[in-house]
Amino acid sequence: MSTPEPEKNEAAGAASATPAPEPKPKPDRPPRDWGVIIRNVFTAENGAMVTFLAILLALVVGAIMIVLSNTDTMNQLGYFFASPGDFLSSAWNDISSAYSSLFKGAIFDPATVSGTPEQFFGPISNTLEYATPLIFGGLAISVAFRAGMFNIGGQGQLIVGAIFASYVGFSWTALPGLLHMIVAVLAGIVGGMLYGGVVGWLKAKRGAHEVIVTIMLNYVALLFLGGWLLNTSVFHNPAAAGQAISKPAGSTAVLPHLFGDQLFTDIGLLFAIAATFAVAWFFKRSKLGFEVRAVGLRPSAAKTAGINVSRVQIASMLISGGLMGLIGVTQTLGLANPNNNSLSPNIDAGLGFSAITVALLGRTRPWGVVGASLLFGALQAGGALMQTQAQVSIEIITVIQALIVIFVAAPQLVKEIFRLRAHKIDTGRGEGGEAAPTVDPFHTTETITVAGGEE
Amino acid sequence: MSTASTATGNETLPAVAVAADTRAKLITGITQAVIAALCLWGFGLTSRVSGDAHTVFVLKFDPNAPGGLGPISAPSQEVAIAFSALAILCGLARAFAPLSKKLRIWVDGVYFASIVIAFLVWVAAGSTVGLNVPSIIALTAGGAVPLILGSLSGLLCERSGVVNIAIEGQFLFGAFAAVITASSTGSLWAGAIAGCLGGALMGALLAVFANRYLIEQVVLGVVLNLLASGVTGFLYDRVMSTNGGTYNKAMGFSAIRIPGLASIPIIGELFNQNIIFYLAYILVPVIWFLLFRTRWGLRTRAVGEHPTAADTVGIKVIGLRYRNVITAGLLSGLGGVWLTLGLASAFGKDMSSGKGYIALAALIVGRWSPIGAFGAAVLFGFATELQVALSSLNTPIPGAFLAMAPYLVTVFVVAAMGGLTRPPAASGKPYIKG
Repeated sequence: MSTPEPEKNEAAGAASATPAPEPKPKPDRPPRDWGVIIRNVFTAENGAMVTFLAILLALVVGAIMIVLSNTDTMNQLGYFFASPGDFLSSAWNDISSAYSSLFKGAIFDPATVSGTPEQFFGPISNTLEYATPLIFGGLAISVAFRAGMFNIGGQGQLIVGAIFASYVGFSWTALPGLLHMIVAVLAGIVGGMLYGGVVGWLKAKRGAHEVIVTIMLNYVALLFLGGWLLNTSVFHNPAAAGQAISKPAGSTAVLPHLFGDQLFTDIGLLFAIAATFAVAWFFKRSKLGFEVRAVGLRPSAAKTAGINVSRVQIASMLISGGLMGLIGVTQTLGLANPNNNSLSPNIDAGLGFSAITVALLGRTRPWGVVGASLLFGALQAGGALMQTQAQVSIEIITVIQALIVIFVAAPQLVKEIFRLRAHKIDTGRGEGGEAAPTVDPFHTTETITVAGGEE
Repeated sequence: MSTASTATGNETLPAVAVAADTRAKLITGITQAVIAALCLWGFGLTSRVSGDAHTVFVLKFDPNAPGGLGPISAPSQEVAIAFSALAILCGLARAFAPLSKKLRIWVDGVYFASIVIAFLVWVAAGSTVGLNVPSIIALTAGGAVPLILGSLSGLLCERSGVVNIAIEGQFLFGAFAAVITASSTGSLWAGAIAGCLGGALMGALLAVFANRYLIEQVVLGVVLNLLASGVTGFLYDRVMSTNGGTYNKAMGFSAIRIPGLASIPIIGELFNQNIIFYLAYILVPVIWFLLFRTRWGLRTRAVGEHPTAADTVGIKVIGLRYRNVITAGLLSGLGGVWLTLGLASAFGKDMSSGKGYIALAALIVGRWSPIGAFGAAVLFGFATELQVALSSLNTPIPGAFLAMAPYLVTVFVVAAMGGLTRPPAASGKPYIKG
């Protein structure tokens, strides 16, 4: 934790010693000063460094919570001054057992180095499987966010997507192999689109605050699925009497394994990568994507420029919902489904909300979302093992995710804690320079508080 | 121009906006009338109410108690049709009659009330148990308590220029802190204080990150809710689920019967409630008075509308925002105390189940005023308790759909009123002194 501190002090001394680059008639670049470059790593302007330190801080807070919540360890704190070793060693035990199983579940287990390749790559493939829905969700939040809307209704949209995909999965079994799967996937997208589109319509035409509408629709979808639909004769699995669970999807609709039958990754990952390319293209190249960004930056200016703001808001919510629907697809038809590819009330598994943290950490950039998904997918995969091996509730992962996002959103705080330099030392080489205005999901006040569309 | 300007209360409106407003008024009114017509058909003309089906209104909280008012029996069909027709009239009046702003709110109120009554008459038609009116009133008032506290909390924040989406998280934190403290100390009052402080802690986090680190406040609120859900869920798993007897006991404040008032027929039960219930209802006029009749209130509103101007006349903008947001956290925390110690229930994961967001909706629907938010909170409170209120009747609607009522009603009301409301001008915008 204290490593950056000497760096900073040195840097402060060196900065004053470094002469300013002399003005030259020719725009000749001064030589590379590696010392300055390395020091520039430890500044609050370096997003990667801030992210790294934010993760570190979140893990530290998580460790504190793990210790504080272990009543046995806390009892030893009562006689800390009599025998500090007891407390310290059991606190260390708590933390190390939790975080080592987190690592083993997410990256690799050193014990499997001599094992089969399936054992060795098992944790990584789990991470990829957990990352898949997060990629969809992160992209979904990003698309809505860029249009100035905060879609926290992923839970509802993915549930409706899952309902549609599941229905096609178990009832339209007459469809031939691959076609059945494609139709089921499309049905999931349509389900999510419908549920998301309603929100876009209410926002654009009725000026309803999308945060409230989406969260309310989440509960509606949850109650509809768990309280009613799964008990109807159409959906309820007669073999599971007394359980709210649907009929299992036909085998032709199930997403096949990606890396062989032993590894826990399905082709949903390919969909996710394709979706990332598509969203990246959408933002960069498509007309609608341009309009979305324009509306998100300043609706009034976009309207003046002749963009139909309502249409853009509805369209972005449709796309956002469709991507959320894909989570429903992978949750029902993918390997992530623990119930033999059938629908259960807790199908959403908190993904609608994890997606928010993913999109924020990825700063609503498509490939940033992929990076954040891999990180949070790793935390989820590791958290599952941590829960069984170290008896540390997987809820800690939610805490860590939320903390990471808060710390990343407040680089100033990270800077204060680690005493980072506020700004980069100018190397005179003009790196970075005047970059294009970047998206910053954490400081978009203007786009968010605009209530009631354009009317 | 004359009708439009009375309708909007804004005489400098350009002609285009007036046309849009007239059209919006027409669409809203006609939609309301169509929905009411559907209700007429659904509640008044179905087999459930046909023939000589009667709806019994029980007017005593305990129907078996001696004395008091006897039950009223009314012919279901006629009553349902009458109230549906009244609702249709309200919708049409909304669409075509030149109503002033104040009158419009009353018409909306009558509209909602008639539809609710028609629905209740239809639900209870033919039931021998009947509708227990005092019980429904008491349930509604109880269901409204957390919503009132939450929307007052949101009100304090937004009036001083900070958006508080984190009400949900403050509820959860307050509820958790209240239960764990009350269970381990055995003192309800210690629990209540801890619950308020738990909410205030979340409020402080919101204040610091919004005012000092300038994080976008809607995003921040949602992430804080996630944090609260994670922290309380984690601690529940680690501490409460294994040692429930020690750390998660269901304890509750006992009811205080106010002599005299408690024996009023029909609404007497409202005066036989616990201290947090009374506190919530007393806080509505108190906050109104503080906000509109005191120096603090004037300053708060100034900071929420135009912080730069407030700063110019010497009001400490950031300091006031900190104080108000943390105070608001105390109120939400009290809402969390109600959910646990007020209802004598143990803590459960995510037990606030969206009530924080419903409270926020009540604030918006109530147009950022304490009285309006109170009215909206009562409406949503009724929807929240609908499932409980109708549990003794043999309702034709599956329980899940009744449980959806608060959420659906919120969506409908927010959609109906959303575009017409205007938040405090500086709400959600951090102030950077420069």
